[in-house]
This record gives sequence, structure tokens and C-alpha cells, in this order.
Amino acid sequence: MADTTIPERIPINLVVNGERRALEVVPWTTLLDALRDRLELTGTKKGCDHGQCGACTVLVDGRRVNSCLTLAVMKDGAEITTIEGMARDGTLHPLQQAFIDHDAFQCGYCTPGQICSAAGLLAEGRARDADEIRELMSGNLCRCGAYPNIVAAIEQAMSRS
Amino acid sequence: MKAYVGTATSRVDGRAKVTGAAKYAGEFSAKGLAHGFVVEAAIPRGRIVRIDTHEALKVAGVLEVLTHVNRPPLADTDDAWKDEVAPEKGSTFRPVYDDRIKFNGQPIALVVAEDWETAKFAATRLYVEYEEEAFATDLESERDRATEVEQPHKPRGDAAAAMTRAAVRHEADYVLPNEHHNPMELFATTVVWDVGGKLAVHDKTQGVQNVHKFLCSVFGKKPDDIRVISPYVGGAFGSALRPQYQVVLATLAALALKRSVRVVLTRQQMYGLGYRPMTIERVALGAKPDGTLDVVTHEAVAVTSRYEDFSRNDTGWAEQLYKSPNSRSSHKLVHLDVSTPSDMRAPGAASGVCALECAMDELAIALKLDPIELRLKCYSDRDQSDDVPYTSKQLRECYARGAEAFGWSRRDPAPRSMRDGKELIGWGMATGVWEALQMPVAVRIVLTANGHAEISCAASDVGTGTYTIVAQVAADALGLPIENISVRLADSTLPQAPVEGGSWMAASSAHAVLGAAEEIRRELAGLAKAIPGSPLAELDAADVALADGMVASRTRKGAAVSIADVMRHSNLERIEKEKLNEFAEDKSHARNTHSAVFAEVKVDEELGVIRVTRVVSAIAAGRILNTKTGRSQIMGGVVWGIGMALHEETVMDHRFGRIMNPNFAEYHIPVNADVHDIDVIFVDEPDERINKLGIKGIGEIGIVGVPAAIANAVYHATGKRIRRFPITLDKLLE
Amino acid sequence: MNNFDYSRASDVSDAIRLLTADPGAKLIAGGTNLIDLMKENVERPSRLIDITRLPLRDIEETAGGGLRIGALVPNSDLAYHPLVEQRYPLLASAILAGASAQLRNMASVGGNLMQRTRCAYFYDTTTPCNKRSPGTGCSAIDGLNRNHAILGTSQSCIATNPSDMSVALAALGALVHIAGPSGQRTLALTDFHRLPDDKPHLDTNLGSGEIITAIELPAHGFARNFSYLKIRDRLSYAFALVSVAAALELEGNAISEARLALGGVAHKPWRSLEAEAALRGKAATPDHFGHAADLLLQGATARSHNGFKIELARRAIVRTLMQAANATPQSQAHKKIA
Repeated sequence: MADTTIPERIPINLVVNGERRALEVVPWTTLLDALRDRLELTGTKKGCDHGQCGACTVLVDGRRVNSCLTLAVMKDGAEITTIEGMARDGTLHPLQQAFIDHDAFQCGYCTPGQICSAAGLLAEGRARDADEIRELMSGNLCRCGAYPNIVAAIEQAMSRS
Repeated sequence: MKAYVGTATSRVDGRAKVTGAAKYAGEFSAKGLAHGFVVEAAIPRGRIVRIDTHEALKVAGVLEVLTHVNRPPLADTDDAWKDEVAPEKGSTFRPVYDDRIKFNGQPIALVVAEDWETAKFAATRLYVEYEEEAFATDLESERDRATEVEQPHKPRGDAAAAMTRAAVRHEADYVLPNEHHNPMELFATTVVWDVGGKLAVHDKTQGVQNVHKFLCSVFGKKPDDIRVISPYVGGAFGSALRPQYQVVLATLAALALKRSVRVVLTRQQMYGLGYRPMTIERVALGAKPDGTLDVVTHEAVAVTSRYEDFSRNDTGWAEQLYKSPNSRSSHKLVHLDVSTPSDMRAPGAASGVCALECAMDELAIALKLDPIELRLKCYSDRDQSDDVPYTSKQLRECYARGAEAFGWSRRDPAPRSMRDGKELIGWGMATGVWEALQMPVAVRIVLTANGHAEISCAASDVGTGTYTIVAQVAADALGLPIENISVRLADSTLPQAPVEGGSWMAASSAHAVLGAAEEIRRELAGLAKAIPGSPLAELDAADVALADGMVASRTRKGAAVSIADVMRHSNLERIEKEKLNEFAEDKSHARNTHSAVFAEVKVDEELGVIRVTRVVSAIAAGRILNTKTGRSQIMGGVVWGIGMALHEETVMDHRFGRIMNPNFAEYHIPVNADVHDIDVIFVDEPDERINKLGIKGIGEIGIVGVPAAIANAVYHATGKRIRRFPITLDKLLE
Repeated sequence: MNNFDYSRASDVSDAIRLLTADPGAKLIAGGTNLIDLMKENVERPSRLIDITRLPLRDIEETAGGGLRIGALVPNSDLAYHPLVEQRYPLLASAILAGASAQLRNMASVGGNLMQRTRCAYFYDTTTPCNKRSPGTGCSAIDGLNRNHAILGTSQSCIATNPSDMSVALAALGALVHIAGPSGQRTLALTDFHRLPDDKPHLDTNLGSGEIITAIELPAHGFARNFSYLKIRDRLSYAFALVSVAAALELEGNAISEARLALGGVAHKPWRSLEAEAALRGKAATPDHFGHAADLLLQGATARSHNGFKIELARRAIVRTLMQAANATPQSQAHKKIA
């Protein structure tokens, strides 16, 4: 490919928060940029763009992943759940409510990623105590330092699910 | 009716944040939005000989490459570039202004394209030719070139003589590295260009009016031409006090292209913004045999850039904390080929108090005194610098309550004396101190006939909880349920506010709300009294309060008219009041917040792995407006303190003058697994002098003292005194 | 990021064909390392060949009682697979010590073997680096090298391999199944990665046009006496300063079989048959473990900032072997070191 050529766009389909979305993407477009810039779902955050902070965490086919290191073109046909798809009919997801109850955030920027990651954690069923929650949530940085409250929020959601 | 102030009220912006609805600076969209990508200098000093933009411009979708060669006009005087937080001495960095390279990572071009990926790709097709010059970036090798900064703390007594005669002396250098704020949100600006040429600037900032004034000045615009908005800020910690270069570049591009432009920095590029400057803190303490201090000297040598003198109060804190007849302090700067440092959570104090409190621990050991006992022996009820008492200082209570909660009395003072299997246990403590500042803030309240009030102010909420405390104070003052209060912040067209920093926004905004609410009350009282047959008719307006949605007598139970009735009778849809609150200057007392921090570490004896298992932070900061968000603030400060003690260091290769860990993988901040039990205690500290509500800010105090408490705990555990931060395990193995 | 073409491989031979046709092409599966490096302009492939739809996702028992793991099995699926948890807990533990839950969900087993160094100079395209730009020099040798290798280094490169999984695989004697233009072949994991010598741009012995299809574990899983200990600068989500995979077979207190591998200290997982042989027939004591550590660390050289790694590695080896001997493997969640 010549030095200044833009690669061709490729049509893909994503099922985002239950809704089928068709779009054309250049292969270099990450799932994160597709969500934020193309689908205007800015709830998913970009904090490092290198898989080092977890702010971009979404669920792809039910599993938590870093959307910043995921090429959208490779997820053709996948089901994506973002923070915008967590609440149902105006009712907050138990994790969302627990995050409010326990003041598990301050600036709110890591929060969507924390909540999606916690949803993945609950689905995995591998965390049985606070230490395991801490370890399995360590892929989500929080610079405001809300970690103890995040653990408490997840424990609340775990006990109620 | 219950009061909201002082309670554990959940964040009023919580729902927006947990649903993803809260929009940050880089998330606003506009028709025809273009995207800018910054290109950085790859050398620390020299000049740009040539930037070849030819190939980049050939990339389909690239709109423009802005460099110092083709940029539109920018102001050309230092005064025009000074924002309200800029250092007094020096000249603000101007992006793509000329061919000079002042630091590695400096922005030298902006590639603007139809989408972000294209701009980023085209940026790799830019070729830059430099003329390199000799440079220096290493504080330690340039330490001898330090120049003295004027300090507010006058020397007292004769420090040199006192040091000579001191029965017990401790003197050491404590070295604290450069640290970067690393808020989770990337620095970003979205400039929405309006056909008339007016700009709506969505910027990541702690002060919309600071940015507004700055942009008008730099671009020669009238105040009405630009509006700066920043309703949500994804953390800042001082990094967004000054307008950062991306706001200049985005505005420049929008004006050049006459269309809307967004510029988002990469994480790596954010290491070219401000940072906590590396300091070498030299503390010397001289004590009498009974453990009272006779002399304290504190010298700091810090990094700054070649173009601005940035310095903060590292060395004056002993004046506040410890009685000593003799004292001297000095602050020196070393000018290097780096970007200018900036305020970072508890600037000055986080570093200076860390050194002081480690030194106090070392002195306590030399004196064979319990560290708390030493601090109580030296306890100062006056700010010695100005020789004035405090408006309130419950630090003794912090020591007592903190020690009790921590179980300090069970501590065996001998190093290496406590263990749990293969782990050595260390218990350390330290004192924290910060200022309780207050600034002029104006608030507008619009009360509508349906009993709803909108509070607006230009102040920011960078995660600190301003939305929530403003709503709480307003709800109480207006006698309305908090659900009926809406708060608008961080729009430059709203009533005046300074940057949100220095822990001054809580007290300042709260009292501004009180001021405006008082105007509302007075108006409602007058209207209520005037209603024919009003039960309040005979009352003095001062005896009428707002409570439970009523205008009611303070003295006579049942004498009340509902706000809705008052408005209806007066034929009013809304009452609008705006009031600027200024605090009377009062130099008769010092205003400070204090803390006593206790930390437990467990250190693997063989491997040096350190775990911070418990922290108790006892805080004296007046009345706490919101115990829930307040506790979170302090907890966050403690987590920062853990990072400062054990993890954080911006590492530079001085051969290249380049930061080598500009990312979250190698610039370590604490992760969830690093943080365990944090117990926050708010000590009662009634303060009727400082302000009406008796409140002080708590954004900073949470971090101060924490690194020292941890370093002291590590010493207690291992018998090793690490004076070069962060305390990584290799230093324990040496 | 550079511009590149994108192809989806329909089967393994299609992937090989695409690879062979375009020398600048790279395979992509999880993408966790490759996309990161592409964003840094360190990797600039002309084409990405998406192999995520290839049928390489099975974990099946082999005739010899071992396990064959498809190259596309995500790291977390491998770590949590019942057969791996039961028979190869060392591998499960090492995987769970690495990265984050999200990255483990994405990263494939084959990709994990292909991950590149975290050397800061490798990542910074403005500095010399022989691994990134052969012939430009090594900035780390006389630069910031606290995280760098102490074993098997060369004058060209002192980078380390950052994988945790590979360290356990090396200890367990895993095999790497490879398909290429000239058919299939198998390499021992310990021969898969290479030392830098004068060609540090080559991390592995994978030939051009070749693709990893599976990892094979031998029957012996050391499920009773094992431990993986990772020492790093924070308690999770950080690369190893030193990591140790240890596995023992004990008869009473006597060692009948020992496996020992180090991570974070060399350009490849570091294993020494001599050190393991020295343990055979010996009692499981700190002294014997110390001797094995000395043998494993033979030839270790310190640079200006990484000297601590030698002593740290020595102590970590002894400690991990003790954990293995006591059947008290290190938990990756509970951070107190057993």
C-alpha cells in the first residue's frame, strides 16, 4: 500500500446493546473509536488507548474486553454491551445502583469501564472474596482512588444477584 | 425538615456518571467536526529547521497541517499568554508559535483531518529536521546551578547557632521524583464553530473562566465570541488549572478552518504537560535532650523549566506544625530543558511534609521517643511564621482518635520487632497539614413558582463533589428537598468563580450559595409579609426563614406561607438573585486543615514486597459538608499517598532528555489490589471564625503525610530508612 | 498507526498462503500486543491476517495423556479450563498472574507466545534499538535497564520476554505445534523463543510463513507440588521484575523430579536442566534449593540498574521451590507471599 493511501472501508454489522448497527470501517478503527466516534456512544471511555487502564471495557459476546485493542472489523457480527446498555427501561443495573450507593467514583471517567468490567466479573463467577475482587478488578485503574468503594459496590451487587 | 449539610448525601451527578450520560470535553459533537492530532518534538532543545508536510497533506481526508510556519496569528506578548494560575516569573509556553524547541514532547504541529485515525496516520507522514542544541534535564547533576526563590517564611532566631548547640540532631536529604497527575480522562478540547465565527469551547479544565479569558487574550477575541464549557471533568488534580496547549491548538484550527475541531491528546502526550517537580528536600532538625525542638531548617531544590519559575511552599510547613524558636527555610530552582511543572494535589506540601515527617520520625528514634509523643512535645498552637493562632486546630484530637482506631498503643517501637510469618509488620505515622483557603465566588439562584431552584456558577466539579455540596447547601438554605434543586456549573457565562483548586472551592461556593439564598429569602419574606392577611405580616423579615417549601416564622410555630402561594400572590413566575461572596480579609488567624495518618505495612522479609494493609487517616477540617463524598476525597488522597510512597516516578533518560515511561504500564499508579483498608475519621472541629458554616476544603489534605507514614512504617518493619522515593523493593534489597 | 490491508483467513493453509504472499503481513488474533505496538508505530505490518475464525479453539486430551491446546484458545479460557485447573495448576496460576482479566479474555495462547518485550527503548521510536531497528544500537545497555535481562544477554540487546504463561510452559516441557509452507513441525517451548545474540529483532524461531497451531502439554502436570511466584512493582497488573515457575515431584521429602523456570530475566523463559538435575534425588531443603538457584543463575550479569534482580531471583527461586515442596502454591489473588 502506498505511503499515503487510506485503506478501504469494510462493511460490518454489530449488535450494540441489542440493536443491529451497520457501519463501514477502515480496518484500523478500533471498537472503541467506532463506538465513540461513529455510533456516538461516548459512555465507553478512552483513558490510555493501549489496554493499560480499562476505561474502555465493554462486553463482547458477554465477555469483558478492552475495546481500545479490538479492531472493529474483527468483531463483525458480535454482540456488544456498553454502559449505555446496562440499565433496562430506566431502571439502573444493580451494579450501577451499587456504585451510587457506595460512592464508588468521583470524576466518573473510569466508571463505565469499572461497571462493565464488574458485570464481566460477576458473569465469570470467579471472585469469591474481597481479595479476589481486588485482583480481578485490577485491570481497571481509578485515579480518584475509589477502589475500596468499588469493591464494596461489587460486593453489594454480588450479594443481591 | 432534615438538613442536608453534614450528611452522607449521594452524588447528585451519580446517575449521569453510572449510565454514561455524563459528557466530557472530547465527547461533544458538531456538524462537520474535524479532528486534530498533535505531533511532538523528538528532541529536548534546539530549533526546527524544516517541517515537511507535503506527504501528510497528500493523505485523503487531511484538511490542514498547522505549524509555526503557517499558523494564524497568536498574541505575541507574555502578558497576553498569562493565565490566572501562571507563574509570576516567566513566559507561558506557546504551541506552534515559533521554531524553538524547549522540551522533548513539545507540540510542533497539528494534523487536522476528517477523522481521528486519518489525522493520526498522516502524523506519521510528517518529516521534521532539527538543529539540536546542548541540553540538560537532570536535577541531580545540575543541583549546583540552583537559584534561590524568594520565600514567604522569614527566618526566626539563629538557626545555624542553634544547630551547632543541639543535643540531638538529624539531617538528611529526601529525594522525591517527578510525578504526573495522570487523570483518567485524556486532555481534550472540542471547539464548536458557529457560522458567525463564535466558538463554544468544550475543554477539560478546572477553570472555564480562566480558559475563557486566556483564549480571548491569545486570539484577540471579545468576551462574547467565546464560551468555555466543562460540565464534567474526568479528574485533573491540578493538571487542568492552567489552559493546556490542546485548547490553543483546537481553537487555532477551528479559526483557521472555520469549522468545528476536536483535539484529544494521547496518554503519552500528557507527559508533556505539567507534573509534580522532582525535589531534593534537605531537612535538619535540632532538639534539646527533652525532645523539644530548638531548630528546624528545610531547603528544597526543585526542577523548573527554562521559561517559567514554578515553585510552591515545600519548606514552610514546620512553621505551622512544630514549635521551634529557630528556623530557616529556602527554596531553590534548577532550570532545565523540560516543560514547566504544575500544581499537583497538595503541591509543595505533599513533598515537603513528606520529607519533614520522615525527618521527625528519624528524630523521634534518635531521641528514643514515640513519634506521637515527639509531635505533642513540639505541638504548636500558633502559626509561627505570622505568630497568629488558628481559627481551629484539632490536630491533638487527630493524633488521639487516629492512634486509638489504629491500635497504636500496641506498637513495639523497635524496628523489625513485629511480624506475621514471613512478613515484617511496620506501623508508621505522620502529620498532614494544608491550607483552608477561600476565594470570591458568585452564584445565581433562580427560584421558580413550582418550588424548583436552579443554582448556577462557573465553578468546576472535577470529581470533587461540587455539584452535590452546592445542591445540599442550597436545599438547606432555601428549605427545599434536594430533588428540587438543579445545579449548573462550569460554563464561562455563569457567575464568577476561580479555578477549582487548592481545596478552596467547597467553602467558597457554599458561602456563595448562602449569599444568593439570603437574597431570595429576603425577597420572599417581603413578599410573604405583603400578602393580605399574611400570618407573617407583623414579623421582622429577619425572623422569617425558608423551610419545608414554606416561608415561615423562626419563632412562631405554624406561622407560614408556602413559597408557591407567595409566588402566586405576587404574580411571579421566578425570582432570580445573583450574589458575589467575598470573605473579609482577616490576618489575625491562620486557617489550616490537619491530619494524623497511621499506616500498617507488611514487608516480605526475603523479597522486599511491600503491602499497605491498613491506613487510618484522622482529619480535622472543620465541619464536613458531605460525609460520604468527603470520605471518598480523603480515601482518594490516601491512595495517592500510597502511589507516592511506593509506585510513582516519571523516569527520564537524560541522554535523550526524554521521559521513558509515559504510559500506565510503566508509570505505576496503585491498582485495586494495592489498596486495602482505609479508615477515614473526621474529627469534630467546630470553627465559628473561619466562615459561617465552619467549613474547610478537603481535596488536598488527604494525601499529605501519607507517603511519610508509609515510609516510616517501612522503616519500622525493616530497619531500613529509604529516603529516595518511591520505595521500590530493590531499595530494600540493597 | 500505519496503513494496512486486512484479510480474513478461512483456514490454516489460507493463513499460510496469505502470509507467504506478503512478507510484511502479520497474523492477528487477540491483538492485545500487536495493536498496542501498531499504535506506537513500532509494528507496521502491510497486512493483518485475521485468524480468529480458524478452528484452533479446542482443548483436547492427547493419546499420551497430555493436553493439546488450540492456538486461539483465550488465555482466560485456558486458565479456567477444568483439565488445566486439575492437572496443570502451575500453568493456570502463571496465566492468572499476567495482565488483566480483560486482556486475558482477549489474548490467545499463540499470541501470548509472540508477545514482544516491554523495553522502553523498543517502544520509543525516537531512540536507538536493535530489536526495532537492527543496527541502530542498544539504548538500554548504558541506559535505563532496571527492568532488563540478567541472563543470556548480548552486546546487541538486553531485553526481556514479558510473558508469564511461557514461563510455566517452559517448566512443564510444553511443545509448540507449527504449520508452515513446508508442512508441520514441532518445537519445544524452550526452543521456540531465542536469545538475542546479534539478531535481537528475532524473538522466536518461527520461520516466515509459519503459524502456531497448538501448544501441547505432556502428561506430567506436577499438580501437587508447584508454584508460580511473580515479583513486580505493584501488586497486580504489572510486568514481572522476576517470576519463578517451580514444580516438584516428591517421594517423601526426596525430590524425584524438578522443574524450574524464570521470567523477567532473559530474552526467553530461562530454564536450566543442570539446575533441575542437581535437585533430583535431593531432599527438599532451602540449601538444596539455593544451590539449584545458583546453578540456574550461573552467568548472570548485572547492568547499572538491574543488579538487584540477581539476588531477588535467587531468593525468589528458593521461596517458590519451598512453596512447591510444601504444596502451598502462591495465590494470585491473596498477595501475602506463602
